[in-house]
Amino acid sequence: MAEIAIRSVKKTYGKVQVVHGVDLAVRAGEFVVILGPSGCGKSTLLRMIAGLEAISAGEIAIGGRVVNRLEPRERGCAMVFQNYALYPHMTVADNIGYALKVAGLGKAERRAKVEAVAASLGLEDFLDRKPGQLSGGQRQRVAMGRAMIREPKVFLYDEPLSNLDARLRVAMRVEIRKLHQRLGTTTLFVTHDQVEAMTLADRIVVMNAGKVEQVGTPKEVYGRPESTFVAGFIGTPGLNLLPGTLDPGAGVVHLEGGQRLAYDRQRWAGAGAGRVMAGFRAEAARMARPGQGLDAVFEFSEELGAARLVHGTTGGAMVVVSLSDGRDLSPGDRFGVDVPAGEVQLFDAGTGRRLSGERAPAAVPGAPVLEAV
Amino acid sequence: MIERTPLLNLVTHLVLVSGLVLLLMPLWIVFVAASHDFHTVNQVPMPLWPGDHLAENLAVAWQKGNFDRVMVNSLIVALGVTVGKIVIAALSAFSIVYFNYRLRMLVFWVIFVTLMLPLEVRIVPTYAVAADALRPFQAMFDAVGLSVDLPEWNLLNTYSGLILPLIATATGTFLYRQFFLTVPDELTEAAKMDGAGPVRFFLEVLMPLSKTNMAALATIMFVWSWNQYLWPLLVVTDHQTFATATMQLQKITPGPAFGEPPIWNVAMAANLIVLTPPVLVTILLQRWFVRGLISTDK
Ligand SMILES: Nc1ncnc2c1ncn2[C@@H]1O[C@H](COP(=O)(O)OP(=O)(O)OP(=O)(O)O)[C@@H](O)[C@H]1O
Ligand SMILES: [Mg+2]
Repeated sequence: MAEIAIRSVKKTYGKVQVVHGVDLAVRAGEFVVILGPSGCGKSTLLRMIAGLEAISAGEIAIGGRVVNRLEPRERGCAMVFQNYALYPHMTVADNIGYALKVAGLGKAERRAKVEAVAASLGLEDFLDRKPGQLSGGQRQRVAMGRAMIREPKVFLYDEPLSNLDARLRVAMRVEIRKLHQRLGTTTLFVTHDQVEAMTLADRIVVMNAGKVEQVGTPKEVYGRPESTFVAGFIGTPGLNLLPGTLDPGAGVVHLEGGQRLAYDRQRWAGAGAGRVMAGFRAEAARMARPGQGLDAVFEFSEELGAARLVHGTTGGAMVVVSLSDGRDLSPGDRFGVDVPAGEVQLFDAGTGRRLSGERAPAAVPGAPVLEAV
Repeated sequence: MIERTPLLNLVTHLVLVSGLVLLLMPLWIVFVAASHDFHTVNQVPMPLWPGDHLAENLAVAWQKGNFDRVMVNSLIVALGVTVGKIVIAALSAFSIVYFNYRLRMLVFWVIFVTLMLPLEVRIVPTYAVAADALRPFQAMFDAVGLSVDLPEWNLLNTYSGLILPLIATATGTFLYRQFFLTVPDELTEAAKMDGAGPVRFFLEVLMPLSKTNMAALATIMFVWSWNQYLWPLLVVTDHQTFATATMQLQKITPGPAFGEPPIWNVAMAANLIVLTPPVLVTILLQRWFVRGLISTDK
């Protein structure tokens, strides 16, 4: 178990910079998920920690020791790869025990350890098979066993579940979480699947285009996104964002197209007039009769079983409202979107950052207790 | 495109069979000729069905060609060349694919260009080096003005002389390079995370994975080096000790140089003897051979 300190780490390939100065402190024993869209530099960051990629600038320390110049094997990290990267010519037992063999452990001792690890992952019956004779989920478990057996200080996972089908993914997610509870090893987990991130993480690091957008607990990034990017990325669907002009005197946002959206003036007491993005959750808004709340035009709906997501346009932007009754609409129908003032969140239209001057959001239902980061 | 009409089936089979006949006919004639006695084989036209003198002819050829000794020589040379080529090819490809040094691509192209310089083209300088293996180094020392006197190291009439000049192989390097490029990067990285250094990775991961490649290369190279004729003829003067099987064929094949009438039946029997080992190797490694060349098994 070890803490990881990442200080202004950058990565450049030739002239292209792909990671732009990341700062991050991971506590010992923490489960941190790095979440972001494809190509944002998640894997690159993880691989710099593992030692598979040189660090162009900045510093990474694991357990208080700067590892910039250390070989991967000296860093005490174990990694699970997306496509498992098992040695195809070795049996499951040899795959799991290879690190020990390299370390020079005796055969009997190795076998004992491999068997213990295999038992904890339910792989006892497959020890003599080759990876080619295993299912995807079993291979994934072998890859985890290979990482576990070294008793590393840090586990690194690079999208380990993305090759599995949906049900297996959920099952493996539970297993990874259990493994973490049992071993308590510091874990960094890369994914672009926000559901995975929300369910696994102690804290989520949201990355975009080589920068960290926000670091926080799943509740924080969901309830109090620091930027429009995080707001739109987290949650299914993401936060509804409507462009407009803030009028603190009236306590409303003038949306494009002339509509007005009221917000909680007490909460945003410090916010000054200017161009903003007003955001609210689909679940927090209610669909109303036409003329009530915001005026919207129906486009289509998505059936989710328990609820339905109604997509429409208002004030020149898309809105999504979740709806639990069975009302039927056809394209072009008008409907109202009723947004409680307390649910409206404000972002700077220019920078995309959350507006400053917000009071402690105790009034927001379901808002997380903020913890100093 | 898969068509299933009886007529097309018939035509394709006809093409196949005629190709087969075309390929096998010469071999059949060798076999038939090797199985008749001296008189029958010289009749015109020659019979097309085997006679009953095969064993006898083989025995004569074996004894006449000194095959006891010569087959062993050929085997040593062919195995030496094959193993040498595989080792060199795997190592050089490993260096080119897995290590990042400045002249990497240059080295690759230099190796690649030697494809255009087979032994036959550079036979005179190669012979000069074989006659004194340290001479290039001596020349280098002389050129920079160092007065070091290297001993003369003559490779003529030795197994090293027969084997070493045949070992360099651009084909093998290329084949291995292509294979190494298909090994996923993540496998290399997994080995790194497991703490394996380059040597371990090469021996314990890459080599076992390239078994089919190795078999393909071994087959091609064994047949190729077994059939070498020109080079052994040049470096071997002590024919009693170092002659190879192919060299003996020349002596058995009748011709005015030997002042004998053409004893085709014995000559063809000798041919049968000489072609057996490469055929066996090909048959044994064939299953691997095909997989190594189309190589997509994980
Ligand atoms: N060897 C390289 N040379 C140049 N650019 C690279 C190299 N490797 C990665 N990149 C670039 O760096 C950026 C980040 O890549 P990275 O693999 O970290 O993305 P990612 O966040 O893991 O995406 P994904 O979710 O698709 O795996 C990408 O834009 C990619 O094109
Ligand atoms: Mg990635």
